Amino acid sequence: MHKSGPTQNRLSQFRRTLLAGAIAASIGLGISAPSLAWEPTKSVEFVVPAGTGGGADQMARFIQGVVTKHNLMKQSLIVVNKSGGAGAEGFLDVKGAVKDPHKIIITLSNLFTTPLATGIPFNWKDLTPVQMLALDQFVLWVNAETPYKTAKEYTTAVKAAGPSKFKMGGTGSKQEDQIITVAIEKLTGDKFIYIPYKGGGEVAVQLVGKHVDSTVNNPIEAVEQWRAGKLRPLCVFDDKVMPYNAKVTATQSWADIPTCKSQGMDVDYQMLRGIFMPGGVTKDQVAFYVDLFKKIQATPDWKEFMEKGAFDPTSLTGDEFVKWLTKEELRHQSLMAEAGFLAKK
Amino acid sequence: MEEINSLMHGFAVALTPMNLGLMMVGIVLGVLIGVLPGLGGANGVAILLPLTFAMGNTPAGQVSAIILLSCIYWGALFGGAITSILFNIPGEPWSVATTFDGYPMAQQGKAGEALTAAFTSSFVGAFIAVLMITFLAPLVAKFALRFGPPEFFAVYLLTFCSFVGMTKSPPMKTVAAMMLGFALAAVGLDTVTGQLRLTFGFTELLKGFDFLIAVIGLFGIGEILLTIEEGLDFKGMTGKMKMKVVIETWKQLPKYWKTSLRSSLIGCWMGITPGGATPASFMGYGVAKKFSPNGASFGKGDIEGVIAPETAAHAAGTSALLPMLTLGIPGSPTAAVLLGGLLVWGLQPGPMLFEEKKDFVWGLIASMYLGNIAGLIVVLTTVPFFAAILRIPFSIIAPVILVICAIGAFTVHSSMFDVWLMVVFGVIGYVFKKLDYPLAPLVLALVLGDRAEDAFRQSMLSSQGTVTIFFSNALVGSITTLALLMLFWGPLSSLIKRIRG
Repeated sequence: MHKSGPTQNRLSQFRRTLLAGAIAASIGLGISAPSLAWEPTKSVEFVVPAGTGGGADQMARFIQGVVTKHNLMKQSLIVVNKSGGAGAEGFLDVKGAVKDPHKIIITLSNLFTTPLATGIPFNWKDLTPVQMLALDQFVLWVNAETPYKTAKEYTTAVKAAGPSKFKMGGTGSKQEDQIITVAIEKLTGDKFIYIPYKGGGEVAVQLVGKHVDSTVNNPIEAVEQWRAGKLRPLCVFDDKVMPYNAKVTATQSWADIPTCKSQGMDVDYQMLRGIFMPGGVTKDQVAFYVDLFKKIQATPDWKEFMEKGAFDPTSLTGDEFVKWLTKEELRHQSLMAEAGFLAKK
Repeated sequence: MEEINSLMHGFAVALTPMNLGLMMVGIVLGVLIGVLPGLGGANGVAILLPLTFAMGNTPAGQVSAIILLSCIYWGALFGGAITSILFNIPGEPWSVATTFDGYPMAQQGKAGEALTAAFTSSFVGAFIAVLMITFLAPLVAKFALRFGPPEFFAVYLLTFCSFVGMTKSPPMKTVAAMMLGFALAAVGLDTVTGQLRLTFGFTELLKGFDFLIAVIGLFGIGEILLTIEEGLDFKGMTGKMKMKVVIETWKQLPKYWKTSLRSSLIGCWMGITPGGATPASFMGYGVAKKFSPNGASFGKGDIEGVIAPETAAHAAGTSALLPMLTLGIPGSPTAAVLLGGLLVWGLQPGPMLFEEKKDFVWGLIASMYLGNIAGLIVVLTTVPFFAAILRIPFSIIAPVILVICAIGAFTVHSSMFDVWLMVVFGVIGYVFKKLDYPLAPLVLALVLGDRAEDAFRQSMLSSQGTVTIFFSNALVGSITTLALLMLFWGPLSSLIKRIRG
């Protein structure tokens, strides 16, 4: 179905020739430059397989800003949103750009969920894993005007009301938010009405307006409404509390939010924020980006960004990252099979 | 008045020679971006966003950066009207309604008048919206929170119904065109089930049909095909190239103050809710047609038909920034990119922004006043030049338009497939015009169809399938009732006439 295939191949062949030339030139001229065997020779396209304004887009544009501000790359980094088909458009685009080192993609959980739910011909193994930048947390939120102070109180109320009375708002259908919702239902025996929206910011606002009863927004999507006293976090879907002690509101910090496990809901789910390249790229090319992201992670801006969004700053590369991906893919497969979200073959 | 004090402080922040210079640069860039179809405000702002990262380190720099970017936005909003009027090619969804009367005016040799009216009403709409932002921001932000899925659906329903009820074409033809638009809007991923629809295994169809490509084809290419059929005209039109036209048009404009006021109110309301600028422009046009004494001449080159949609679109476009600043939800793609900029500068939009970053917020609001005044001056001085483009013979300008259209369609997703798609839409546009089917309902349904569908199905989920949710509170009930009234306006008014007569 790749109508653009031949053109792209020709293009990338052309690029390769250019590249070979560039590399030859740099080896010939720049033996004194010790660190890098490869460098981008033109601007790099940074694909975001999600819409503008969402978590992945915010991070990509932030990275673009940090690279420009600290002058970390000679060529420019251009953010491109390819959100069609729950990100399938972006993944297929990068899959098709075999051996093109001037294209990287930032991923979220749709790396696993989109191919499983829609059956599009894509798997993360079609890409070259570069680096896990961080893991994004999920928090159970309710409107601050409701009486529920703990997750236990809330789930008890949901159970008491009977099935299909409480509304859970989330981003997308058969994606991470709904997977967590189904996991909660499995554990507590509650039954929510799950209402899918297009973006996380919209979901948080719908909760402030009381059009839904709870959400599992990422911290960065809901933090401003929390600070304004409109939303209340009940628990975090992780096996340990978040490490950030600085006060976010007058009285609470991220570290004050208990784990859902301690509330009788043993759901542990984080979302990958990672970087991939197309398949077939060389080791030197991957090494360039690993090094680039190491520099980005060392900036004070990055640390501030991690804390603001209460990210888990776990960062993996190489074999460890691949091992993590393999394990997560299996986990998503079984989570989605249990929920009945797999595409019909 | 606390707001006046804050605003004066904002002017003090915004009025530096450097910021005024940035304003001019931003407006000129924005107009250029707006003129090229396919590039659009969102892309333009995104391309220039990295330039501002270095500026955002200091609070004063943050104000300068947002002034530059928002002026590009204003400029693009002004510029979008130019191609709609001159070539019948709307560059943005909200410029579609401007073509209805703007293009006929240009063909009658009144391009200068149409451009002047469009720019001036853009300014009026934006100005009224800024006034509202200045004084009503906190109230307005609260009102937006009352909008859940049923309310959103009711607003979209109102837009569709007012269109069917007020259009000049036979209602059934309008409905048929609208249905085709809905079908096209359904292609791609379905938000509610997470499944792909109508893609037939083609990866190119994953992203659905882009509005811009459809519009460039339907209007731009379709129009060229029609003109070619009518016979190649080697003479250019005679257009006056004098600044006098601006003054003369201004003399006429105050008569239409009622239309301007109505459109501004519609626009502000749609911007805040946030229904967006596109429904606002269509509703502004529809309502003006209903209430204007010259309603019958709408669509044949009536200046009021340019004023109404432009005023509403700009009032909405401007007031859409309010939900972005206070709630963090972007009302338009351009607002989304601006949101990205704010984050990089370390500003988190949300309810706390007005409390914690007063300098920034009021600097931005002050720059809205200044940027719009600067924008009006810039675009009005260029009116004669743009109007003069029409004096170039068609045989020269047509190939140029075709090339620009193709480039525009290609740039949207950097995909050759889209260029062919544009050609197909061009043929559809031609056939529609030959058979006398209206194009606007198709476009309207394509732009709003999937949002309306999402809102409807979200409502059905939360009510567990009960339609009465659309009458469940005073707000949603009154919008729905209004929509139904609009839909049956034609039959109802003739019934009333018959009873009376």
